[in-house]
Amino acid sequence: MATDAAGLVKILEKVAEKISENREFLTELDSAIGDADHGINMSKGFSAVVEKLHSQKIDDCGAILKTVGMTLVSTVGGASGPLYGTAFMKAGQAVAGKSSLDFQDFVTILEQALEGIKYRGKAQRGEKTIVDSLEPAVDILKDEKDSGDKGLVMEKALNAAKEGVEYTRSIIAKKGRASYLGERSIGHQDPGATSCYLMLQAAIEKIKEMSVNGL
Amino acid sequence: MVGIVLVSHAPKIAEGTLELIKQMTGEKVLIETAAGTCDNRLGTDPVLIGEKIRKADTGDGVIVIVDLGSSIMSTEVAIESLEEPARSRAAIADAPFIEGAIAAAMEASFGKGLQDVKNAAENTRGMKKIA
Repeated sequence: MATDAAGLVKILEKVAEKISENREFLTELDSAIGDADHGINMSKGFSAVVEKLHSQKIDDCGAILKTVGMTLVSTVGGASGPLYGTAFMKAGQAVAGKSSLDFQDFVTILEQALEGIKYRGKAQRGEKTIVDSLEPAVDILKDEKDSGDKGLVMEKALNAAKEGVEYTRSIIAKKGRASYLGERSIGHQDPGATSCYLMLQAAIEKIKEMSVNGL
Repeated sequence: MVGIVLVSHAPKIAEGTLELIKQMTGEKVLIETAAGTCDNRLGTDPVLIGEKIRKADTGDGVIVIVDLGSSIMSTEVAIESLEEPARSRAAIADAPFIEGAIAAAMEASFGKGLQDVKNAAENTRGMKKIA
């Protein structure tokens, strides 16, 4: 068994809730090294996502993710719009036509999301971006996707993302507004890496709470 | 004639640049601005950028001049979601915003093609201001 479209919407609602709870926190992080709008932009984007998902019932999980991506692209306003938007759209393509998702699909979704972000942002690990938290998590999920204890694998992936966020404190920003700060960006944790970790955390919490069989 | 779209986070930047250009090219060149978000925040909106590219395209293509960060990614998303043939005749110039916009507009006003307009904008990179 796996999660159906309604379950996926619940996971996305939880992600939106997490972003909204951390609106001030993300903006505070962004005010130190960026343009002080990350929390505002992300919560605007995700409230539009929730509104959109509630206005129509979609049974295709791929179409749901695509809708999320397109909504983020058109409502966020900052760099996280095209970045997370592309991530969700690319993930949606990979599971297009599926009415339910299993753990392998979850791994595929995050793998494709990472590819989308790297394609759009032309970023590599070590540049103080979303990639620094997402890639370590995806690596673990890919390496251990056949493990018997999926819950443990997700925990490990989430921990890797958290360590990735911590790591961004120690490096110089190479992308976006923060790159204008050069060495002065050291010591600050990256808002994008942080929002990505929070989204993963929300998704994994919800998946566990729904205790979907097979996941 | 090649059209031009000015993409900035700030409407004032795009409109001010447009004013500067019009001193030189008047109404000869079709120039659109796509700046700020749909709810009047500083930022960029791929949907608006896409609309403006379509509006500026009279058949000879469009060069987009961008300011910082998300303006580039938002424009890429906008171009990728255009239908052909508009899609393959829209391009971003890797150029400084004001200088690039003026150079592109001048070149377009001479009736030059897409690649020439793009080159004119990009040739302003590294231009010395003090001799």
